[in-house]
Amino acid sequence: MSGSHAHALHYHGHSPVHHLPAEIKLVGLLVFVLSVVSTRPTAIWAFSGYALILMIALGLSEVPARFFITRMAIDLPFVLFALLIPFVGVEPKIAIGPFAISEPGLLSAWNILVKATLGAGASVMLAATTEVPDLLRGLQRLKVPVVLVAIASFMIRYLDVVAGEFRRTRVAMAARGHNPRTVFDAKPLAVAGGALFIRSYERGERVHQAMLARGYDGTWPSSGNERIAAKTWIVGLTPALFAVIVAIAARLL
Amino acid sequence: MIGLKVTDLSFHYPDRTQALNGINFQIEPGERVGLLGPNGAGKTTLLLHLNGLLRAAEGTIQVGDLTLSDEVLSEVRRMVGFVFQDPDDQLFMATVAEDVAFGPANFGFGQAEVDRRVESALAAVGESDLAPRAPHHLSGGERRKVAIATVLSTDSALLVLDEPTSNLDPAGRRELVNLLASLPATLLVVSHDLPFVLELCPRSLIIDQGRIVADGETRQLMLDRELLAKHRLELPYGFDPANIADR
Repeated sequence: MSGSHAHALHYHGHSPVHHLPAEIKLVGLLVFVLSVVSTRPTAIWAFSGYALILMIALGLSEVPARFFITRMAIDLPFVLFALLIPFVGVEPKIAIGPFAISEPGLLSAWNILVKATLGAGASVMLAATTEVPDLLRGLQRLKVPVVLVAIASFMIRYLDVVAGEFRRTRVAMAARGHNPRTVFDAKPLAVAGGALFIRSYERGERVHQAMLARGYDGTWPSSGNERIAAKTWIVGLTPALFAVIVAIAARLL
Repeated sequence: MIGLKVTDLSFHYPDRTQALNGINFQIEPGERVGLLGPNGAGKTTLLLHLNGLLRAAEGTIQVGDLTLSDEVLSEVRRMVGFVFQDPDDQLFMATVAEDVAFGPANFGFGQAEVDRRVESALAAVGESDLAPRAPHHLSGGERRKVAIATVLSTDSALLVLDEPTSNLDPAGRRELVNLLASLPATLLVVSHDLPFVLELCPRSLIIDQGRIVADGETRQLMLDRELLAKHRLELPYGFDPANIADR
């Protein structure tokens, strides 16, 4: 879908990964993440395998490393949490310099760190190579209940609208001298949030009227169902297939 | 093209506010009619009745040769295209193409026919390039035109527009006049923008406190300063309807 303004997470491109149907990428992501989380943390070589798969996919997608790494910032809270665990973990502890580090804690830290990073990396890849409308259509073709897809679609559609309204309210408050410094100054913000909720609710009613006016009768019109060739599925799921092989090998070895 | 006949329409909101009070008027097929009136006069309430979004306590609405009732609701909604005041309320799908397809898909057309309708509706408003775009990234004028395309795609023969010029810049407003004048449809346009109504609609109705208080040639109504003042309607400073040539 060229020509559309993209989301901040999206990198416009024409690579084979971009052109892959969204449902294949969704299934691939799910299989990859399940393989990663089902691997025991001590199988360090397996995680190198997963990272390699991800890096090859990244290379094929032509998404610049810099773009990818900056979007990986979403992983930071997990990293910080993981780094904390060895210091608060249980016995036995080992002494490293002045610190007593928990051994099981160290292992859990590694476990969280590597799995969260690989999962976030794969998700960032999906977001970078797939436009939002395609993702929604992919979910619909994967037979995710249409009501859920519709809710997700409305959320994406109106997030900007509602955020824009809140921004304007904030500016209007600042223009009349509101300058929140402490938690006690938060009341006007909370009131504005409440007003925004009511406005959004009323907007919801107007949108519903607009839907009724165009013949909405409670069932969502289904989008076209182009058949995807078996070959495309197989090629598209190759990285996920390798991940499954790595996961099985890690279990057996 | 189809006509519209409203007979003895009355409506009050649940809090007993009388919004419409015995409305009677008729629009011939192909006519373009302005609906003027101060804030709170009942303009939008009247529009919401025309495709059954609000149901009156009394009175009948005849669209083409159908009298509005539960049995023909879907058919009437297909014939009456409603363009809402805020395009953000009307454009709710992820892309313009999907939004324009929403009506035809609901009315049960096949995929190929839906695609054809999307294409021709967007071409009619001159915005074919917008098909893959997200509605919230469009300009005000583009949004308005796409909102009109969403009702053209269902072959609506009677278009009902609520404040179509609000939030448009002068160029967008000009394009809108040209577009609406070129459509082969009956139009009922609510607006506070009197020059816009004068240019587009040869005939106008004035509604105040739930009643039609005037019905006539737009220019004659606008020349009647007393009538305008009585119903809180005002021409822009320096604007004289007597000096404006017919379209």
